[in-house]
Amino acid sequence: MGRTNLTIPQLEQKANDIRKDIIEMLVEAKSGHSAGPLGLADIFTALYFNILNIRPEEPEWKDRDIFFLSNGHTVPVQYAAMAEAGYFDKEELKTLRKFGSRLQGHPERTRLPGLESTSGPLGSGLSQASGYAYALQYIEKITHRFVYVVMGDGEIDEGNVWEAAMFAGKNKLSQLIAIIDRNNIQIDGSTETVMPLEDLKGKWEAFGWHVLEIDGNNIQSVIDAASEGRAISNRPTMIIAHTIPGKGVDFMEYDYKWHGTPPNTEQGKEALEKLRTLDGQISHEVQ
Amino acid sequence: MSYPLNPKLFDGDVEREPIRAGFGRGLKAAGEANEQIVALCADLTDSTQMSLFKEAFPERFIEIGVAEQNLVTTASGLARAGKIPFTSSYAAFSPGRNWEQIRTTIALNDQPVKVIGSHAGVSVGPDGATHQMLEDIAIMRVLPNMIVIAPGDSLEAEKATKALAENGKPTYLRLAREKTPIFSTADAPFEIGKAYVLREGSDVSLLGTGTMTYQLLKAAELLAQDGINAEVVHVPTVKPLDHETILGSVAKTGLVVTAEEAQAAGGFGSAVAEFLSGVMPVPIERIGMKDRFGESGEPDELIAHFSLTGETMLGTIKNFLQAHPRQR
Repeated sequence: MGRTNLTIPQLEQKANDIRKDIIEMLVEAKSGHSAGPLGLADIFTALYFNILNIRPEEPEWKDRDIFFLSNGHTVPVQYAAMAEAGYFDKEELKTLRKFGSRLQGHPERTRLPGLESTSGPLGSGLSQASGYAYALQYIEKITHRFVYVVMGDGEIDEGNVWEAAMFAGKNKLSQLIAIIDRNNIQIDGSTETVMPLEDLKGKWEAFGWHVLEIDGNNIQSVIDAASEGRAISNRPTMIIAHTIPGKGVDFMEYDYKWHGTPPNTEQGKEALEKLRTLDGQISHEVQ
Repeated sequence: MSYPLNPKLFDGDVEREPIRAGFGRGLKAAGEANEQIVALCADLTDSTQMSLFKEAFPERFIEIGVAEQNLVTTASGLARAGKIPFTSSYAAFSPGRNWEQIRTTIALNDQPVKVIGSHAGVSVGPDGATHQMLEDIAIMRVLPNMIVIAPGDSLEAEKATKALAENGKPTYLRLAREKTPIFSTADAPFEIGKAYVLREGSDVSLLGTGTMTYQLLKAAELLAQDGINAEVVHVPTVKPLDHETILGSVAKTGLVVTAEEAQAAGGFGSAVAEFLSGVMPVPIERIGMKDRFGESGEPDELIAHFSLTGETMLGTIKNFLQAHPRQR
């Protein structure tokens, strides 16, 4: 039983709401990333409405699970999920990237309660999550809290990631659960063209991780993988979550050109129409 | 109240100790006083003197391996979990290699991680230019939220370490490798953000940070033989600068010489120049490395070669004073 008692169809509807929030935010902001946040909407729905043990009304609650976003450019999906979960009013989403906003273009912990860190420059989230998980496991000896981190696949090019992979593997950080958004795109093109990542599963296994590969656009799969990760008691868990970049808006799906581009007003309207047609029927999609 | 200098300061047998040794003692003491303190090292535990802490508190010591990016980012995560992490490596690697991670996950993220850069300056010696970090003051002092401290001797390093354990801010501590003469005493004050007048004078203000303060004290003795009455101000905290003490001295002398075992560009002297240019523009001579790297050699040989000893910097100071006779 997760944090809320939403059923899978209700969670899928929530993910669609988050996607609509993302489109509206990006149209309003006139800059930002589209593909990653849309592709991650199901994972963030699973996190904020089921997996994470958190209290949106009490962001610093001492027994909370910890969530780090490593690829900070996808933060619109986190802001939308946080607003939907009740951290702040949804109206504030329209301030994304605007002067004076708490919703900076890339997330800043000191500005918005509920964020655990500051990110944007890639490759540093896994280390921070490892540091936190180390504190829980070896210093505080607290076993009921977990540390989650979402990373992009492109950012695995960074050496910092592999330094953290070794550290977490060495220390068997069993309360650490990482999720790679495996959408196969980065700014210059396909990940396998820019800098091949495969055999990705084999690489993480070689570093001492428990590795799962799942459909990252299937909320039940994400929830189940996180459960399995929590149950693994002698290794950190890496969930390679295959997602469709731009998921839910057909003209954005799979197209790396939407990595760092927002929809304009017309495209935004079209995207929202696509998403609205999914309302009430997404749960019938074949997974 | 005058600063209590070591009475043996100018003797041949003045006590000498590596500044990093004071850090090692200070960290152990801080660890005893505060159980939130944790220490992380990148495969240089003995070298950076973290070994004392490691022996005393093995459960709070974390070996990171040769991975400086992971060193500071893991520390950032530990800080989020309520810990006060001290990270150590050679300054050339941390903050030399991992500056962006420090900028984003520690400075902008405002976490009280302590970056300890050991083996700074040319006095690292035989290892040569790759390991003689000279740009650290410049790259760290430009970071918002970051405190920058370069203790002058091992006793002060010990006090500084205890102080930064409790300051709640991202902080950079710059340490030297070689045995450095101890000019201070156990009773000497240290407070983050404070500069100290070590010797009063009226002709020129000699402002030093780190290992260079001792050399300035020697230079002042030699200048006195020529009838030049130099004031020596020790500035262990490069950021935030002690404006009041510096201004008090400069108002008296009207001439400034700064000294640091680092690039003269962008470092401590530049910080002083930036400050004074706005409030009391006076001629400033910045002693340091002049847009060049170090090289292999014995520490004493190198600091003499680069005109960073009391004797070898004398010519620079005298030329500067002659060029600005009006102010004297």
